[in-house]
Amino acid sequence: MIRLLPWLFIAFLGVFPLLAPGGGEDFYVSVLTKVMIYSIAATSLNLILGYGGMVSFGHAAYFGSASYALAILMREGIVSPWLLWTVPLILSVILSFFVGAIVLRTKGLYFIMITFAFAQMMYYVAISFKQYGGEDGLKAGRAHLPFLYLDDMAFYYVTLAALILSLGVLRKLLRSRFGLVLQASKENELRTIVLGYNVYSIRLIAFVISGALAGLAGMLMAQHTQFVTPYHLSWHFSGHLIMMVILGGAGRFWGGVLGATVLSGIEELFQNLTIHWQLFVGVFMLAVAFFGQGGLIRFVGGRK
Amino acid sequence: MTALLVFEQILNSLQYGLMLFLLAAGLTLVLGIMDMINLAHGSLYMLGAYIAASVYMATGDFVLAVAGAALGMGVVGLLLEFAVVRHLYHRDHLTQVLATFALILIFNELVRIFWGPQPLLMSVPPALSGPIELLPGLYYPTYRLLIIGVGLVLAVGLFWLVNRTRMGMWVRAGASNREMARAMGVDIRILFRILFALGAALAGIAGAFLGPIFAVQVGMGENVLTTLIVAIVIGGIGSIKGAFVGALMVGFVDTAGRAFLPLLFYHLASPDVASNLGPTLASVLIYVLMAVVLFFRPQGLFPVRT
Repeated sequence: MIRLLPWLFIAFLGVFPLLAPGGGEDFYVSVLTKVMIYSIAATSLNLILGYGGMVSFGHAAYFGSASYALAILMREGIVSPWLLWTVPLILSVILSFFVGAIVLRTKGLYFIMITFAFAQMMYYVAISFKQYGGEDGLKAGRAHLPFLYLDDMAFYYVTLAALILSLGVLRKLLRSRFGLVLQASKENELRTIVLGYNVYSIRLIAFVISGALAGLAGMLMAQHTQFVTPYHLSWHFSGHLIMMVILGGAGRFWGGVLGATVLSGIEELFQNLTIHWQLFVGVFMLAVAFFGQGGLIRFVGGRK
Repeated sequence: MTALLVFEQILNSLQYGLMLFLLAAGLTLVLGIMDMINLAHGSLYMLGAYIAASVYMATGDFVLAVAGAALGMGVVGLLLEFAVVRHLYHRDHLTQVLATFALILIFNELVRIFWGPQPLLMSVPPALSGPIELLPGLYYPTYRLLIIGVGLVLAVGLFWLVNRTRMGMWVRAGASNREMARAMGVDIRILFRILFALGAALAGIAGAFLGPIFAVQVGMGENVLTTLIVAIVIGGIGSIKGAFVGALMVGFVDTAGRAFLPLLFYHLASPDVASNLGPTLASVLIYVLMAVVLFFRPQGLFPVRT
């Protein structure tokens, strides 16, 4: 029964906007869209961090660059939905490929710090372009499809579809030989190499897939809020993503979704309580770091 | 582009690099000996700047402000190590990242609570605000010269400590092989507590001196942390010599890059390209440097453990 809980959640997400009386509940539709976008991002990080053992502190780079790509395309007058929906994704893929190719040659502390440094580099590049908003960010918009105008409700369902797609990709990957070797390389890298697998290539492929999904999330975020901000390229955001994965359960299938949902909820809660909410989020994060091994999903059960 | 400008930028690079070194030394030792990543090091720098600014505003005595920052941060370092950090040594890097990141959020908010969200204004002490004539016609701000002087003295002091004292020997032993050092009788825990407090004190001093130059505000720690990490990665984790070289290289590339790259572009390309590309490239120059160094030496220039 417990196993069905996450599916019930998805079902709930599916019917919520239809049940909610029109008008007053728009706010919740928007909040849930944001939570779903973060779930996609956290799930993408979970793939490489939870299952692959790669502690990437620069994941925000792929999220944010896709967001910026969308906004910049729109700023330059591009309106074709074909371009708007694909170019940012392709950019994330290319970016994660090149960064991954370099950083995956390192490990341990170096890997963490180098992924951090690369993400910061992109942050600084983004804020240095004054004509694209600098530190203030840039306006974006919705890339309406020819057959579907993306009002809040339609966009909500597009996001839900993207979330289901991402989870589907994760499931397929994890059950494949590729996924098994990836997890093996996390448990015992040397043994996996000795068995004859090219761990570097496998990790790189996982890194790129993860980057692509993060880019998908970033692109959706830009359209959802119709605004892009350098925050989504910052290491603060990378840290938040890591937090989501750990909170939910690293290496657990629903870990990203659970973590994103709970963290967003907690932040909303604290924000309504006090202006110094970041202090409480920090304390909460500290507690999770010390006591949260295994993630909240321990209490819910389910499989990996 | 005159020789004067070049010389001035070289001195500026030296000043920035030395202050970075004070910060990098503390961080790299923590990283190297205890294999622990401490993202909150930037926050220690920030706190030091705030303490110094407050003491200076209250007493008008700059020396007191610096001493206050050093001592205060030493105490904070000890407390932090005892309360939080020492529980993280045996944890995995991910936990350390999360925990120290949480500390950053906590420190930032605590500073906002005690000092308010507005940046503090810390001015250069009047006695030091004028220029000094180094060579005929070559003027350089006295204050920055002082920073260079203090930085060099502290650097020499650190080198002496690490290379010529017993404690330094323990530090180097611990950095190159922690288990063996413990087996040989070095009390790594106490050593570590002292090192952490020393690193915090150095961060406080750097914050106190840089306060009048950069703004004393929440978030100043994060800006410096990025640069620090680049310096340490270039220099090699765990090595003081590496931290020194890395910090100076980063200081130089960053300062000279920001000063000369836009000029270079202006001469080579059109003004719009120069005004866009120049500053952008200058801000990422240190990352390019890092990538280049790592390509040839994946473990940095002076790794302690091979």
